[in-house]
Amino acid sequence: MSDIDTADPEIAPIKRPVRWHILVFLAPAFLVYTAIMILPLIETLRLSLYNLVDGETVFVGLANFVTLFSDPRLAANFWNALGNNLIFFVIHMLVQNPIGVALAAMLSVSKLRFATFYRTAIFVPTLLSFVIVGFIWKLILSPIWGIAPSMMDWVGLKWMFAPWLGKPESALITVSLISVWQYVGIPMMLIYAALLNIPDEVLEAAECDGITGWSQFWKIKLPLILPSIGIISILTFVGNFNAFDLIYTVQGALAGPDGSTDILGTLLYRTFFGFQNQMGDRSMGATIATVMFLIILAGVSLYLFVIQRRMRRYQF
Amino acid sequence: MTRLLKGMLFATTMFAPAGAVLAQDASLTIESWRNDDLSIWQEKLIPAFEAKNPGIKVTFAPMAPTEYNSAVNAKLEAGTAGDLITCRPFDLSLAMFQKGQLAPLNDLDGIKNFSDTAKSAWTTDDGKTTFCVPMASVIHGFIYNKKAFEELKVEVPKTEDEFFALLDKIKADGNYIPLAMGTKDQWEAATMGYYNIGPNDWKGEEGRKALIAGTQKLTDADWIEPYKTLAKWKPYLGDGFEAQTYPDSQNLFTLGRAAIYPAGSWEIAPFKAQADFEMGAFPPPVKKAGDTCYISDHNDIGIGLNAKGKNPEAAKKFLAWVASPEFATLYANSLPGFFSLNSTAVKMEDPLAQEFVSWRQNCKPTIRPSAAIVGRGQPNLDLEMWRVSANVINGTQTPEQAAAETQKGLDSWYKPAK
Repeated sequence: MSDIDTADPEIAPIKRPVRWHILVFLAPAFLVYTAIMILPLIETLRLSLYNLVDGETVFVGLANFVTLFSDPRLAANFWNALGNNLIFFVIHMLVQNPIGVALAAMLSVSKLRFATFYRTAIFVPTLLSFVIVGFIWKLILSPIWGIAPSMMDWVGLKWMFAPWLGKPESALITVSLISVWQYVGIPMMLIYAALLNIPDEVLEAAECDGITGWSQFWKIKLPLILPSIGIISILTFVGNFNAFDLIYTVQGALAGPDGSTDILGTLLYRTFFGFQNQMGDRSMGATIATVMFLIILAGVSLYLFVIQRRMRRYQF
Repeated sequence: MTRLLKGMLFATTMFAPAGAVLAQDASLTIESWRNDDLSIWQEKLIPAFEAKNPGIKVTFAPMAPTEYNSAVNAKLEAGTAGDLITCRPFDLSLAMFQKGQLAPLNDLDGIKNFSDTAKSAWTTDDGKTTFCVPMASVIHGFIYNKKAFEELKVEVPKTEDEFFALLDKIKADGNYIPLAMGTKDQWEAATMGYYNIGPNDWKGEEGRKALIAGTQKLTDADWIEPYKTLAKWKPYLGDGFEAQTYPDSQNLFTLGRAAIYPAGSWEIAPFKAQADFEMGAFPPPVKKAGDTCYISDHNDIGIGLNAKGKNPEAAKKFLAWVASPEFATLYANSLPGFFSLNSTAVKMEDPLAQEFVSWRQNCKPTIRPSAAIVGRGQPNLDLEMWRVSANVINGTQTPEQAAAETQKGLDSWYKPAK
């Protein structure tokens, strides 16, 4: 055994210098990310376990969560917001992503003229500030100053116009569609990139076997872009359950009419920061934020551990 | 918006102390939600004070009204708030005083210039300690387009029947939208609707006090009646009023497209600046001719002393000036529609403001029912009333459902003293 200890230096593994530069290069991102993302997250989770009792912050365990789900008013607000949030998400999944895929499929047709123009035009709203998007659409749809009523009048559809943003039954759908309009460029770009990645040999082979046009899309291209669609779904999920900005600009913090556009983000804002005469409640706000975090975590885990593992990947 | 709020908190936290250090003299910061009045403070009120008190520098630092309460509370807790805090009436400021954030002002020079009614909004429940200097009240009513009324040859309505007959006439003529109000922002429905016309039904202070005492409930006929009247407004509002915001309504009226605007007196100054027609005003119509009329004359704004402020002496000098008749005249005339609460009579130049204030002679004043004592808990009664009033006008809730919902919310935390 001793001969190993006193091994010939030529056989011993070459001692590599400590690679400090890796640490140095990682440090800024790590520090910034910790300071502005991880610490606040931990602090929020911690805050949800504390509450003000007689002006003192004390540890209350899960009491805040019990209050959130047992207080009739808070629970009703929460379930209403969660329900609306689900509808918001479903509309994105059913409208935004299929349209995104369809647009990408059309753009990738090589015979299409002005493809670059379309691609840019559809992607531009994504780059606009939500404040601009919110106010533009609020103005377009305004029954008083908006161009929507007069444009519908030109084609004889004035009777179909309604103050959509002000009606409880249509407000949420309208806001969701505004958001779809803004963000449809993202699935389009991702799918477009995935479609361009499909090797021409595969498509040529398919053509030799007589698979062209629509059946080529369904049988060859779609299975190959499924992983991208999965990523888009999970991005949509996280984005929608964190959404706040567009609803706030279009409908205000009360997310009216009658709470019909209230999603978790706006509920969190009103609870944490307060609104008008209602005082902010930090602990309850943190509790709602924690629940939101858990919902998103559950969704992402479901995707990572259940769906993604079963997804078939093709290597070329 | 959150980012903006945080930015403002950060900026005021970081730079306010820096400013105090740089200036040799005492410098005061006024925390306020009146961002509409920024120029009036900067150009008229503050120079008038600084001219008389060399060595004191005053900064007016307003923020968005809906964010004011939570932001100023956060600043008070963090110890970064300015020396002077603009006070919301009743329960919100009382909570600040009880937490020791506002200083008592009983011995302030000039606090005797105010009647007990004026001070009631910023006095403890036992009536002993006053903690803010009352600045102004606002009165509710209806502002109308005089030109439109002349064209249609109609008169100002005295009773509710006349009011609806008038609305019918304006609607039949078709040139004007009878009532300029929307329900999208919700608060107008309660503030310019329910709180405006309601006092005639619940008999002002009588009903309000009975509600606090628990001898009346929001589900009583007197409290449902204003919702029923509001529900009747629906056909007279503009097309698509459900999506009409507060600025939309203001613009509809000042552009001359609407005949009547359910208003608060704070609209007078901006309306004067924008409308190019003559305006008049009338108080909420009574049920039957000869009934006593009640108006909402709401103590709306006061100013208090941050108990942990850095320059309490200079701040007290400023507050004493705010309590003086000189300030009252200056303020009431720079901001017609904000009526001085000072006992010294203030001469106002603006005819529309005079019209509003003249109702005090015949009608009994009251304050908004959700402001004092019943506005302390969760759910907040004021916000609840915004929501149900908007629902009633939209027709998504009946007046009875609306009343039942607000009473249920109130019952969940409020136990009237027996």
